[in-house]
Amino acid sequence: MKHVKYWPFKQLVLVRTREFSREPEAIFWVYVFPILLMFGLGIAFRSGADQEVHVDVVAGSRAEEARAALGSDPRFQVAVVSPEEAKARFASGKTDVIVEGRGEGYRYVYDPSRTGAEAARIRVNDALQAAAGRRDPVPSASELITEPGSRYIDWLIPGLLGMNIMGGGLWGLGFVTVDMRMRKLLKRFVATPMRRSDFLLALMASRLMFLVTEIGVILAVGCLAFGLQVKGSLLALAVVILVGAASFAGLGLLVASRTDKIETVSGLLNLVMLPMWLLSGIFFSAERFPGAMQPLVQALPLTQLNNALRAVILEGAPLGSQWLPVAALAAYGILAFGAALRMFKWQ
Amino acid sequence: MPALAIRCKNLVKRYPGGVLAVRGLDLEVREGECFGLLGPNGAGKTTTIEILEGILPPTSGEVEILGHTWGNGDIEIRKRIGISLQETRLSEKLTVRETLRLFRSFYPGGLEPEQTIGLVSLEEKADARVGKLSGGQRQRLAVACAMAGDPALLFLDEPTTGLDPQSRRQIWEILKRFRNEGRTILLTTHYMDEAERLCDRVAIVDQGRIIALGSPRDLIASLGAEHVIDISVDDGGATAPPPSEGDLRALPGVTSVRVEGSTISLTVSEPHVAMPRLLERLGGGGSLTRLSMRHASLEDVFVTLTGRHLREGEAPA
Ligand SMILES: Nc1ncnc2c1ncn2[C@@H]1O[C@H](COP(=O)(O)OP(=O)(O)OP(=O)(O)O)[C@@H](O)[C@H]1O
Ligand SMILES: [Mg+2]
Repeated sequence: MKHVKYWPFKQLVLVRTREFSREPEAIFWVYVFPILLMFGLGIAFRSGADQEVHVDVVAGSRAEEARAALGSDPRFQVAVVSPEEAKARFASGKTDVIVEGRGEGYRYVYDPSRTGAEAARIRVNDALQAAAGRRDPVPSASELITEPGSRYIDWLIPGLLGMNIMGGGLWGLGFVTVDMRMRKLLKRFVATPMRRSDFLLALMASRLMFLVTEIGVILAVGCLAFGLQVKGSLLALAVVILVGAASFAGLGLLVASRTDKIETVSGLLNLVMLPMWLLSGIFFSAERFPGAMQPLVQALPLTQLNNALRAVILEGAPLGSQWLPVAALAAYGILAFGAALRMFKWQ
Repeated sequence: MPALAIRCKNLVKRYPGGVLAVRGLDLEVREGECFGLLGPNGAGKTTTIEILEGILPPTSGEVEILGHTWGNGDIEIRKRIGISLQETRLSEKLTVRETLRLFRSFYPGGLEPEQTIGLVSLEEKADARVGKLSGGQRQRLAVACAMAGDPALLFLDEPTTGLDPQSRRQIWEILKRFRNEGRTILLTTHYMDEAERLCDRVAIVDQGRIIALGSPRDLIASLGAEHVIDISVDDGGATAPPPSEGDLRALPGVTSVRVEGSTISLTVSEPHVAMPRLLERLGGGGSLTRLSMRHASLEDVFVTLTGRHLREGEAPA
């Protein structure tokens, strides 16, 4: 008979890989979802230069004048509507600015907290004033930067990487461990001579393997479809990603260390992830939060990971300059992993 | 006298919260025998077997498995025992072969997946996903996983619960073959027929204690009689007053009487003597609505000892 050498670590990694690759939902969240996000956000926030402004002119006095002035510029999408209709269209987000004739002039109705609304109001005003004969006292010219490297999509992709590393580590270890505990499979495993360290290392190792493909897919789509350029060294990038992934894997294991209920661990994982989704600068800069919140914002591991990823990818920062975020991530990882091992319940 | 595969003395388990699940249990299982722990729900069977498997720590008491004790020779024991827990859900996305290869890898020596698949006759399902197996096939896979390390001692917690009769018989065949190779099995069950057909010796467990121990034949013999007559009488159209328990016990050949609802069970040693007298007493059998005779079973032993049935709400068929 053929002699087969069995290596439990390898079998555990293989089994984990098979389970993952046979789970269509996991494939969707890990590979497809970030790509969809990238395309969705990349298109919605494509470079501002050619962005259209939707203007509703309220029928009545000066309406025809305004329509004529704005209609000559193709960047304005102008409609002349009744006051009620203008209100309804504004409420549903179809209009950026409403223009109403008021005696000698105009009144602008807009919501300054909406993205781009203030800029739209200024552009509408400029166009109307110019049509009425305004001349700028000082000549000016603009240079438009639409080069890869400083667009929103460039800024977004490292955030998506960070988000994936966080989600993969937390769900990939946390959820899977609790599921196996609930199914009494952990208990069944420790009733064999299997080494517990083999089991945990195999979980981490398989997580790492999935990570390589995840990161690869996001970076490849980013580079090919959006012209992303990684300015820093790939080695620096790899180190940041590895330390970040290990850190979140440790956190995932910690969250999962005791409970045997899927509902409990799902709640806990969402509780851990929610503040980071909001505060850690995935979709918009974490610097936007007020100074009083910054200590909290900066203390979140995902903020540190995103900072380091952006520094390396966008600014080409060398690894040495990123020692602080990397050390912070490593510290989180080590603490979490140590605590998880102490608390871990095998049955 | 063969060596002991399992020895435990004065085993006590109190769960956090105070439930006293095992209250001073002694057990000796010989090498090469199939030993059954038979008892109703909550008797403490799972608790006992998991302590013996080294999964649960006992509150007090001594345990020795294959000459080693837990805490001193864990790996030595683990290598030589095979386990099937009462409830384990193996990964549904893996195939039978992949599952067995994984379990095989945990042991330094053992059976190839092909061999274990053969032992439990799952050849046709070797490459099927676990999620697609029937209940009986899953249970056979669980037994195969327990055999992956080619164990000398097999622990099975309710290996056939919830299975149809044919699947149960298949598992019994697998276990008989294993035992016939001189290896040891400790299993728990609440099916008396399983214990009778499969086990060399049985311990009847109730409320954390062993209340009877011996071969199924000896335990049944301890009732003092081998047959049971079950009757039901209809009081309405009776030609004679219905017999009292005392009347029936006084009949020749009757060793005990048990009344449960409308059913009266008589344990009798000599049915050919007892039956005619019983019918005579019942007035020629005119008021009888049911009469059947069967061999006494472990169920009768349990009922005689505890006044309850092994499975709740179950009266003799
Ligand atoms: N983890 C636990 N914590 C507290 N009490 C428990 C625990 N596990 C079992 N018990 C209690 O201990 C007693 C014995 O339970 P055990 O599971 O050993 O019974 P069993 O004989 O295996 O029953 P079954 O036939 O239903 O499997 C029961 O009263 C049960 O409620
Ligand atoms: Mg049980």
